Amino acid sequence: MIAEFGHFVLILAFMVSLLQATLPIYGANRQLISVMQFADYLARAQFICIGIAFACLTYAFIVSDFSLSIVANNSHVSKPLMYKIAGVWGNHEGSMLLWVLVLAAYSFVFSFMSQNLETDFRARVLAVQGWIGVAFLGFIIFTSNPFSRLFPAPFEGMGLNPVLQDPALAAHPPLLYIGYVGTSMAFAFAVAGLLGDKLERVWAQALRVWVLVAWLFLTLGIALGSFWAYYELGWGGFWFWDPVENASLMPWLAGTALLHSVMVTAQRGAFMRWTILLAILTFGLSLVGTFLVRSGVLTSVHAFATDPERGVYILAILATTIGGALLLYARARPKLAPTQEFEIVSRESALLLNNVFLATATATVFIGTLYPLFVDALGLGKISVGAPYFSTVFLPLMIPFVIVLPFGPFLSWQRFSGRRLVLPLSLALIAAIIFTFAYYTFTQASSWPAYISLLGAFWLICGAVAAFFDRLDIKRSGRFKRLRNMPPSTVASSLAHAGIGIMLMGIIGATAWKSERVVALMPGDALEIAGYEFVYEGTKSINGPNYRSDQATLRPRSPVSGLTELLPERRFYLAERGQTTEAAIDKRLSRNIYAALGEQLEDGSRVIRIWVHPLVALIWIGAVVMALGGFAGLRRRSASQ
Amino acid sequence: MTKWVGGFFIVFLMLSQAMAIEPGEALKDPDLEARARVLSLELRCMVCQNQSIDDSDAPLAGDLRMLVRERLLVGDSDEQIFELVTARYGDFVLLRPPVVSRTLFLWFAPFLIFAVGLFTVWRLIRRSK
Repeated sequence: MIAEFGHFVLILAFMVSLLQATLPIYGANRQLISVMQFADYLARAQFICIGIAFACLTYAFIVSDFSLSIVANNSHVSKPLMYKIAGVWGNHEGSMLLWVLVLAAYSFVFSFMSQNLETDFRARVLAVQGWIGVAFLGFIIFTSNPFSRLFPAPFEGMGLNPVLQDPALAAHPPLLYIGYVGTSMAFAFAVAGLLGDKLERVWAQALRVWVLVAWLFLTLGIALGSFWAYYELGWGGFWFWDPVENASLMPWLAGTALLHSVMVTAQRGAFMRWTILLAILTFGLSLVGTFLVRSGVLTSVHAFATDPERGVYILAILATTIGGALLLYARARPKLAPTQEFEIVSRESALLLNNVFLATATATVFIGTLYPLFVDALGLGKISVGAPYFSTVFLPLMIPFVIVLPFGPFLSWQRFSGRRLVLPLSLALIAAIIFTFAYYTFTQASSWPAYISLLGAFWLICGAVAAFFDRLDIKRSGRFKRLRNMPPSTVASSLAHAGIGIMLMGIIGATAWKSERVVALMPGDALEIAGYEFVYEGTKSINGPNYRSDQATLRPRSPVSGLTELLPERRFYLAERGQTTEAAIDKRLSRNIYAALGEQLEDGSRVIRIWVHPLVALIWIGAVVMALGGFAGLRRRSASQ
Repeated sequence: MTKWVGGFFIVFLMLSQAMAIEPGEALKDPDLEARARVLSLELRCMVCQNQSIDDSDAPLAGDLRMLVRERLLVGDSDEQIFELVTARYGDFVLLRPPVVSRTLFLWFAPFLIFAVGLFTVWRLIRRSK
């Protein structure tokens, strides 16, 4: 009954979205104020309908209503409550419902905000959101209905893929979708602006906030996914250039470019055309990502369903929305204001250069991910494009990017102002060299290329700190007042740029300076790695709520401060008949000790894999610092600015 | 210089390195073992989704790891090993596609795009002066 109700409100949401897609446009074209304002109510109604449908589906998962096909296929009575709930989006249909829920949530929030924008523009934004809603609600109702019944209903469900039964992975899809789907706001702003010829600085200032929100959640979502891969897959890897990882990286890279270009448009009214194009393309890449994951054209751990019909449907949405928007753009392009004058060394040119780097990176990921499909479709055989390709192509791009990045925030608009940056950046470079030497002295780790990369990482961090203090202007009095009045964009860019450097340090530590051992141990055997010594005390069986587990005990031989025993597990999930590796990780800022339990050998010994990953935590700390930068950028400018 | 650049590439390659090798698989000679690890990163596990043989615990990946090490012990060069494996499984086994006519676009497009981007920026700046 509850499920039928959910199904009903989902169809109702579809009807409301049809209205939301058409009425406001009509009102805006005829300048009918009341019709335009009605868009706000439609957006709220749509969110409430989808929210109820989502709640109904969640309820079905909580009470294990196996007469619903997706509950039967993805849940189990014995599963802990948290994973029953996470199971709602741990499958194709439910995750698409989450997709439209987030879409409607953006419209919902927008309907209460941005009252300073003109009524017809707001109406058009909500109408474009309505089109996307129509497309995706239609997709759900006609090809992937989460409320499909199963008759007869089975007594027990099939359970959720054990690797998905993890707290980080329960939170990963919602975060990622807030980012992914948030790019729809950029798209809606671009199209609404093109439709109404309302493309001014105010437009870009309002857009900037939505791009920031989407970007910071995408950053957190990708980082959480990578953290999950690190500890759950039991390999100690954190980025695999997997097609589905790439699918989320593409909108992130394009969104980062958009974030920089929209700043120029918001502050100077320049680069209007490029900002619009990027806004359309960023959402396009989000759709490409959705297509890649949901159509199953790529084999990946993330692809739940392989159904060509669904793929064709998403491809049609992609072609109409992006194709249509690009046509609008082409029509409006001559009317858009051309860019004002600026010099070679100016903030404008720095931001353009940033966009060249990021656009190239986006294109590289796009080409690398889709090329095997393309070659296969042309009948030229099967090829693989893996990590070695991406490393080879990205490296030559990354090196100049890291070198020039810290210069950007020092440049002024329009004019050349080189002298101002000489002193702070020289200090930053000296500091970076000192830190690199200090690291060498402390650790004595080898590998020259790694030290050069480390110098690059410190250069990014010190450059960001220098840019921050330069703006603070420490020589003048009343600096704490200045700190409060500092433009949010300065804090944001310093944090975000330092975050990249911090992440780079983590990557270097975990790749160049890691130690690894694979050994077969009998109880009582000792194991030495990177100066740490552990004794394997044996493996015992323990019972979890819905799994049985083999748990090994590795006790440190000499008590190093705070280092406790490591308890890596191999879990066997009874309902799903699947195994997971639960690595034991001793986490420190300076290094992680990572132990994974392997299989039992015939002579009774146990395979243990153990790594020491120096600095690895900085990868995710760096991502969080970047996202914090995004938060800082959301703060309103204070009145005195 | 070339050694440094090579070192850079290896460091970045190891981004995705995960090590699935079994105890006893590793070669005694550390130099040969290091070469085996780098080679393993370049070869795809044929029965997995997107893993190198170094990452995969599938039996087929294990067989391929052993094959690579056997050939290294016999004294094969990296090229000879790649040739042997490609003859058996085709280009699909190489995670770094070879530069041939059908992959020209794949290899050169990023640099072409970068160059076009730089040129466009340059023109924009010149025009606005």
